[in-house]
Amino acid sequence: MILLLVARRFAGLLLTLLIVSVLIFVIMDLLPGDPASVMLGTSATPETLAALQRQLGLDQPLALRYLTWIAAAFRGDLGTSYTYSVPVAGLIGERLAVTVPLSLLAVALSMAIAIPLGVISAGRRNSLVDYGASVLSQVFIAVPGFWVGLLLVMLFSVTLGWMPAGGFPGWDNGVWPALKALILPAVALALPQAGVLTRVTRTAVLEVMNEDFVRTARSKGLSEKTALWVHAVPNALVPVVTILGLQFTFLIAGAVLVENVFNLPGLGRLAYQALTQRDIIVMQNVILFFSGLVIIMNFLVDLAYLAIDPRLRAGVR
Amino acid sequence: MRYLLRRPILLSGLVITTFLFAVALLSLVWTPLPPTKMQIIHKLKPPLDVGLLGTDHFGRDIASMLMVGAWNSLSTSLLAVAIGATLGTLVGVFVAAVRGFTETLVMRGCDIIFAVPPILSAMMLGAFMGSGRFTAIIAIAVFMVPVFARVTLGAANQIWTRDYVTAAIGMGRNRAKITITHILPNISNQIIVQVTIQLGLAILTEAGLSFLGLGMPPPTPTWGRMLADAQTYLGQAPWMALMPGMAIALAVLGLNMLGDGLRDLLDPRDQS
Repeated sequence: MILLLVARRFAGLLLTLLIVSVLIFVIMDLLPGDPASVMLGTSATPETLAALQRQLGLDQPLALRYLTWIAAAFRGDLGTSYTYSVPVAGLIGERLAVTVPLSLLAVALSMAIAIPLGVISAGRRNSLVDYGASVLSQVFIAVPGFWVGLLLVMLFSVTLGWMPAGGFPGWDNGVWPALKALILPAVALALPQAGVLTRVTRTAVLEVMNEDFVRTARSKGLSEKTALWVHAVPNALVPVVTILGLQFTFLIAGAVLVENVFNLPGLGRLAYQALTQRDIIVMQNVILFFSGLVIIMNFLVDLAYLAIDPRLRAGVR
Repeated sequence: MRYLLRRPILLSGLVITTFLFAVALLSLVWTPLPPTKMQIIHKLKPPLDVGLLGTDHFGRDIASMLMVGAWNSLSTSLLAVAIGATLGTLVGVFVAAVRGFTETLVMRGCDIIFAVPPILSAMMLGAFMGSGRFTAIIAIAVFMVPVFARVTLGAANQIWTRDYVTAAIGMGRNRAKITITHILPNISNQIIVQVTIQLGLAILTEAGLSFLGLGMPPPTPTWGRMLADAQTYLGQAPWMALMPGMAIALAVLGLNMLGDGLRDLLDPRDQS
């Protein structure tokens, strides 16, 4: 039963990915101007234009071009970057070495801030701490991450000189310099997430605190602290992790901006560079890659729900 | 009035948002200086030295630029949310009225649109159509459609189970008429709350887009591009980075507080 349900969800995932890839392809095709002329700019001769169109296969019908693209993508061949003259797949792989650690660091940081803050404000509801945390989370949500990045650079790089203002030394030159280059960007990326997560944690903990098993724990004579941290918190983390998964889209959007503030050679910066250099092939693939990640993330959240909530396994939805 | 005073969040949100709209509207008829007027001899002057909030690298008055930026940011976000909310609500109430396979289909569609953040779709659009207000509005609006469709569908589905709706169905009213007379009026509060909150998100997104150069083209002042310009002068002229960022944060904070306050006021079931 559960296997069947997972298989059905997985089929849905594949279908969604397929539709997204078609959509991105068709939209790129429908937009005014064809990739070849966008990439070459206005000064290109008709011969160069025709040559690039042939090279990109733009003289082929749309459906055929899509099939060629997607079939090659399945083999791991995403085409060749027009500006860098290297395989796009390799380019994406390289940039992931920045974006993945950056995002993981940001997620870890946002949880490290949000969970204690949310739990404490739920534990001392309507206290001064609670109001303070609530104001703080509102502010975190409202400040743009890329602005936080600028402020951090202003303080820690320009004024104090403790941290690099941007750039990435690469992992080959030691872990610490690379990690150091990611700390400020990760903070900038983490704060808005932390704001959202604090609110979710607080609400979730408050809800669980009213459940019977927490009341039982209290009436057993356990201290309020034990009831909170040992019994309530683990159960409240389910919605927190879910929201974390659903916030993934915003994490990606934030990464695009923050990587540009800090000049980090990540996937977001690659997308931006591809835009300014009009490298449509890279753009198309990076956007597909990002969207695919979001969809897979949502799928995993769905699966986590199935694992946690037995009612869903009965096949209600 | 006394009622408002007992609700500090709603009141603060209302005050900040009103202030913001007032400044934006005022900028249409008056700014201290023309926001695009360059005075190179007065470049990079700190606040109160030249102008209320100082000048930028071209000697332009930051206060005036912020005011015009408020109008540009608010009008772009308002248009985007208006389009997104209208389309999303229509989709939501339609799907709630027909349910069945359409619901599954539309919800899957929402997942798909939701998978492409507005920053990326704006890049896609920008590459072909050029960047500008239109690109920004479309990119944000497209992302808002599934947001509103989901909220509306969830709320509308609840109303469809109410006794008075069942009664209306029993009386032979058609579903379009029920949607207009019963469903929409009963979910409008939730939509209003959502509009307020999404407006804050739209302002953040618009700022991000213009920071990347995907918003309105220069010399039109936008908060996002002011921040992008400030990046080069962080050491010399920190106020260039401080002011626009604070404006964005204040705007979003005000709208979010207004949204929270309105939620408590209009939609007591949803209180957390």
